[in-house]
Amino acid sequence: MGLLQISEPGDSPEPHQRKLAVGIDLGTTHSLAATVRSGAAEVIADDEGRALLPSIVRYFPDGRVDVGYDARAAQAEDPANTIVSVKRFMGRGVADVAKYGALPYHFKDAPGMVSIETAAGPRSPVQVSAEILKVLRERSERALRGELFGAVVTVPAYFDDSQRQATKDAAKLAGLNVLRLLNEPTAAAIAYGLDHASEGTFAIFDLGGGTFDISILKLTRGVFEVLSTNGDSALGGDDFDQAVATHWRVGHRIADAKGGDTRRLLAAAREVKERLSFEEEAGVQVTLSYGQSLRLVLTRSEFEKITAGLVQRTLAPTRKALRDAKLEPADIDGVVLVGGATRMPHLQRAVEGHFGKPPLKDLDPDAVVALGAAIQANVLAGNRAAGDDWLLLDVIPLSLGLETMGGLVERVIPRNSTIPVARAQEFTTFKDGQSAMALHVVQGERELVADNRSLARFELRGIPPMVAGAARIQVTFQVDADGLLSVSAREATTGVESSIVVKPSYGLSDDEVARMLQESFSHAIEDRDARALAEQRVEAESLLAAIRAALDQDADLLGEDERADLDRRMAGLERAWNATDHRAIKAAIEALNRASEAFATRRMDRAVSGALAGRRLDEVASR
Amino acid sequence: MAVQLTDRAAEHVKRYIQKRGKGVGLRLGVRTTGCSGLAYKLEFADEIQPEDTTFESNGVRVLVDPKSLAYLDGTELDFVREGLNEGFKFNNPNEKDRCGCGESFNV
Repeated sequence: MGLLQISEPGDSPEPHQRKLAVGIDLGTTHSLAATVRSGAAEVIADDEGRALLPSIVRYFPDGRVDVGYDARAAQAEDPANTIVSVKRFMGRGVADVAKYGALPYHFKDAPGMVSIETAAGPRSPVQVSAEILKVLRERSERALRGELFGAVVTVPAYFDDSQRQATKDAAKLAGLNVLRLLNEPTAAAIAYGLDHASEGTFAIFDLGGGTFDISILKLTRGVFEVLSTNGDSALGGDDFDQAVATHWRVGHRIADAKGGDTRRLLAAAREVKERLSFEEEAGVQVTLSYGQSLRLVLTRSEFEKITAGLVQRTLAPTRKALRDAKLEPADIDGVVLVGGATRMPHLQRAVEGHFGKPPLKDLDPDAVVALGAAIQANVLAGNRAAGDDWLLLDVIPLSLGLETMGGLVERVIPRNSTIPVARAQEFTTFKDGQSAMALHVVQGERELVADNRSLARFELRGIPPMVAGAARIQVTFQVDADGLLSVSAREATTGVESSIVVKPSYGLSDDEVARMLQESFSHAIEDRDARALAEQRVEAESLLAAIRAALDQDADLLGEDERADLDRRMAGLERAWNATDHRAIKAAIEALNRASEAFATRRMDRAVSGALAGRRLDEVASR
Repeated sequence: MAVQLTDRAAEHVKRYIQKRGKGVGLRLGVRTTGCSGLAYKLEFADEIQPEDTTFESNGVRVLVDPKSLAYLDGTELDFVREGLNEGFKFNNPNEKDRCGCGESFNV
């Protein structure tokens, strides 16, 4: 039977209606899942009480798959079929993988992403990751007694589009409904409730098993923005084990440690390292392959001396990340520690020394990312009381808009709007009797369409014939939580509709976004003038068209001199149109307007008397 | 008339309330819904309603509204672990039958 969790006041779910949601940290060395129970985020452990799942997958010739501890145990025995650290290959081609040096796998280039030849056949990194996620999904469903509604899966802040897409594909393959991908540092910040502050700048210091990442986040009105990231992809807790093992090997003259001995030494080093976070001195008994039994001992101060260089290596990327964000250590409001290696006291001291404040370390650093993802998943699944603050974590990086007459951009959704978002704006026709409208969706901050990125074009047809400006066309831009944009256009009187779906971030790297933004700043004045020119030209065209139409009908209302003056002013406006000075066009428009004032008045009189001719006063009054 | 918490349940409730950072106690209740007619309600309480009956059990303040109390008298709330799943369980002597899910019951 099902067990109950405590709900928020007035928010007890209907029976069978609770939406089960988990957060998953799909890590390079370890993965884990967490969920919110009775309002608190908790990790989901396996049958043996272990929360961490080694991110290791082993393939057998018969198609069987081992994931986690069993696979890890077989690493030395069956390296070619035991895939470790597959996260590094997500969304990567063969050329990218080559930079990791010698790996025991047989890579095959496949379109878009590498593929690994295993005993069970070729497997893509997406498939390998899906095996890890599948284990976590099954574990979660057993723990929560039911099918999962969805999951939030975390990714490094620096993951590009193809890496994110690959992660999403892996989750789908594992049968998970991805509520959202969440940046790992953002998840860590959420786990500490930093999103409840109104604003602040935070550093997320993540030292995992094999990688180091530092991210600077800025929180404004509930939205986290990644200001900068840096790190060292070849620095992690494992390097500390190596340093200790090397220290012993030299100290005890262990010559040419064989494969098995190297592993034994590393395991001993790891155990001692972990104990030294709580003890002043730790020792283990190790029996080497040639029968020698050794007692290996280390004090905390020795350990700190041996590994001081490794601790120092985290500080250079930290400084760079701060510099990229144009911040000083003192500007950081809080430092969050992530990753098991951050338990080491001397590392914590180094971080505290650098930022001048003690880091946040109350939560289990191995679980903090998954816990934050679980909190976000719970919110996205709708398991929180209405009125609770929604976490709005993503913003659109560049404005989205529509091309209007004169090649100008009308911005519909401004940049940095939090998503999901929907905005509608009304547009109209430019010409009399216009029956179709071409909609051109663009992305960017510049004033002219030509300087922005074109996303999509579509047409709205079947607009009933009306005079210019009378049609009312409602255009709605909608961006969902995954950044998918859909644009629809609807003519109000007939209800004719047309729409299109685009993915605005597709193929845009952070650098490109930054470049497009930068250009919009540096071209601000040019853009302002270009917009003014285009606007004046559009206005000039419409005025010239109106006067020509009037002349076709009522030229007889003008005297010869008047007509000559009007023609001269019109020619003047055409000349100004062809030049590029928007002020000159404006002046010419004003001159033409003045010159045609008397003409317009006479036309009005004629129209009115035409309407009144032959009618009795009471007839006119009642109209 | 009384409603009680087991030691284990009280311990978890206290921890959850502390993590949540606010709350005057735990509200137990019954709603007329669900596949077997009635469903249990288990919520944090931020305020005590004038009609509530208040119990103190193992250091936790338990609130029950008068309509629910008719169904819940003698109930003991337990916290149990079943395999990987853990959570609260109503041991209610008034319960006649319940659906397999445990969230819904009848008296």
